[in-house]
Amino acid sequence: MTTTIDRSSNEDPTGLANTREISVVADGSPGVAPGSDRGSVSHLAAAPVTTQVRRLTVGAQEPTAFNARSAADVADRPRVIESPRDISSATLDDRLSFWGSMLGSFGLVWVLYYQILPFSGRVGFVICWWFVFLAMYAGVTAMGNPSKVVVDRVVTAMVTSGALMVFLALTSAVLFTFVRGFDALVHVNFFTQDMGGVRPTDPLDKGGILHAVVGSAIEIGIAVIITLPLGIGAAIYMNEFSGPFARAVRTIVEAMTALPSIVAGLFIYTTLIVLLGVQRTGFAAAMAISVMMLPIIARSADVVLRVMPGGLREASLALGASKWQTVRQVVLPTVRSGLATALILGIARGVGETSPVLLTSGASTFMNVNPFNEPMNSLPLFVFASVRSGETLYIARGFGAAAVLLVLVLVLFIFTRFLARQKVGR
Amino acid sequence: MTVLLDSDESTSPVVEQPRTLGPASPTSDKVFHGVTLAIGITVLVIMGAIGVFLGLQSIPTFQRYGWGFFTESQWQPEKDILGISAVLLGTFTIALVALAIAFPLALSTAIFISEFAPTRIRSFLVSMVDLMAAVPSIIWGLWGFFLIQPKAIHIAHWLHTHLGFIPIFQVDTDPDAAIWAQSRYAASAFVAGIAVAMMVLPMAAAVMRQIFSQAPAGEREAALALGSTRWGMVRTVVLPFGRGGIIGGTMLSLGRALGETIAVVLIISPAFDIKFRPLEVGSESVSALIAGRFGEATSNQLKALLTAGFVLFVITLIINTLAAMIVSRSRSGALTD
Repeated sequence: MTTTIDRSSNEDPTGLANTREISVVADGSPGVAPGSDRGSVSHLAAAPVTTQVRRLTVGAQEPTAFNARSAADVADRPRVIESPRDISSATLDDRLSFWGSMLGSFGLVWVLYYQILPFSGRVGFVICWWFVFLAMYAGVTAMGNPSKVVVDRVVTAMVTSGALMVFLALTSAVLFTFVRGFDALVHVNFFTQDMGGVRPTDPLDKGGILHAVVGSAIEIGIAVIITLPLGIGAAIYMNEFSGPFARAVRTIVEAMTALPSIVAGLFIYTTLIVLLGVQRTGFAAAMAISVMMLPIIARSADVVLRVMPGGLREASLALGASKWQTVRQVVLPTVRSGLATALILGIARGVGETSPVLLTSGASTFMNVNPFNEPMNSLPLFVFASVRSGETLYIARGFGAAAVLLVLVLVLFIFTRFLARQKVGR
Repeated sequence: MTVLLDSDESTSPVVEQPRTLGPASPTSDKVFHGVTLAIGITVLVIMGAIGVFLGLQSIPTFQRYGWGFFTESQWQPEKDILGISAVLLGTFTIALVALAIAFPLALSTAIFISEFAPTRIRSFLVSMVDLMAAVPSIIWGLWGFFLIQPKAIHIAHWLHTHLGFIPIFQVDTDPDAAIWAQSRYAASAFVAGIAVAMMVLPMAAAVMRQIFSQAPAGEREAALALGSTRWGMVRTVVLPFGRGGIIGGTMLSLGRALGETIAVVLIISPAFDIKFRPLEVGSESVSALIAGRFGEATSNQLKALLTAGFVLFVITLIINTLAAMIVSRSRSGALTD
């Protein structure tokens, strides 16, 4: 493919030259209703005009002067107010073939699936509908378009429905957690009490998850105090003092990101609890979370620091600043928001991970603010234990706790978006 | 300048010495270097120690059970029969089911976001994918167990009834019974794989999207200018360019899927059979084995569990390293535009 294309016209890399099928169709042919947005095209006389399909590639910026009308038509209507056709959105033909196939396939599948064939179940219905829709959409498009366009439309529909399904999965998971947790969340005591002395069968207006929230906060707090300086320090070392040792640190850190979180928990369980005889405490859980989080935080901080433009660092050094001054006054302020985003995402990961705390913290039912003594509970662990208990009311509490956990992660996430939007001046 | 130097030399023939540039680096820099070096050493030692510890703890297990540790399927500590072949097979079954679901979805999400989505919602969609990656795995476990499982057993039954002649859709029960055994299709690797797929999907989609968005604009324009449709452009320019990203992102998510614990523990019921029937009840993964057995384990069994964890870690490490190599190689291609 020869690429002798003028690149200076590349103003909008995303909306690059929309490909549009501009079809000039005789009136009365399917798909073009009189008075459509095609303006003068629909005013073509009823005289037989050969159906003609043209494919044009039109630049996004320039208004198209599309002159497919014959001179006779122009003579018929002395003055047509010309307005540039909207080339970015779908034509009526596109929309009708899409919605028509949608409705047509829905009706066809409904009749066949529920009325004629002995099938039932909504999941199966949607799957059948999707396949019939694709076939029908391909057929309708093929009536007025070349085969390449048919493939384009069908693949677009498939890709879009794939993305839609992912979106549906995400929203269904979030909504499902809140809906199932609603019963527990409406009770104020759910947020202000612990589960001390509450039996699993007790009604929801007794007991709460305060101990789990506090436990999660303490554990993640200790983990952050340990991993943040180590992670960022190691990342700065890898970037500022490159050499064989820095490469060794980077290799090990990247390798340890492959450590499954359950193995991190098992490591702390074996060393701290079995070999050293430490109790199952919040501190042990915090250590397990740290082991899991340290490579994640060091690696993401390293990635953020590595993509920082080298010119800034060099300019500072060339002005005579020392390395420490450069890092403190140029490097860190420049990458601050990126660094914060990476760190908070690491924290969100640490808060939500169940497997390290499952092995190390034990599970108290009462409030415990001392991480060095007695077991401690945390949100993911509480969710896991309550769901496994099988008690209906306890499961409702578990969903309530899961909703609280989700809100926590959402808040952290929105905070990162807020930070990411704050651009530091260059 | 030169004249000046010449005259200098002629008047006083002093042997030229390079000017001393003051202290090589100020004290603050020495402290800075020392502190970060200490942190670097600490991180290296901690991380290295974990790897070495896992490796050392595995030696007694390998000495005791030998290759049988990899070929034995049962995990019966009371009979001193320990082996991870069934568990490893189960781990890979779940991960492959997860990939089979996550790969097409992640690919179409990445293509949709980078190529088809309207520009103004693009950044919103990108942050949606990031949010999906931040959703804790326990939430996906609940979602899979309570919301998806009741529907998934019908899909599994349908697959068994109509495609049962294919070995992987086989389930050890009669699909055409008047009241078919729903419990035979529940708690399976298939259901666990769906939940795990949702966890690994955003990671794969993010890697793929990032690589797709780096496809050279000139070649995209060229394809469009030659009259290509949008899909034609994606197929001939974006996908070949992003092949490394597709493979690398998929492998990264495979590495993550192998180590996933909580969703698997919540959904599957443990079974130590050598089988590749993902639709059937019962399976086991290494991480679920550790989560389920660590409490009652004696010292030797704990070592065996650590060995299983070590094997999982090594497999994940190999997969991640290969993936990183593939991704970085495809990124360097961006420079040859």
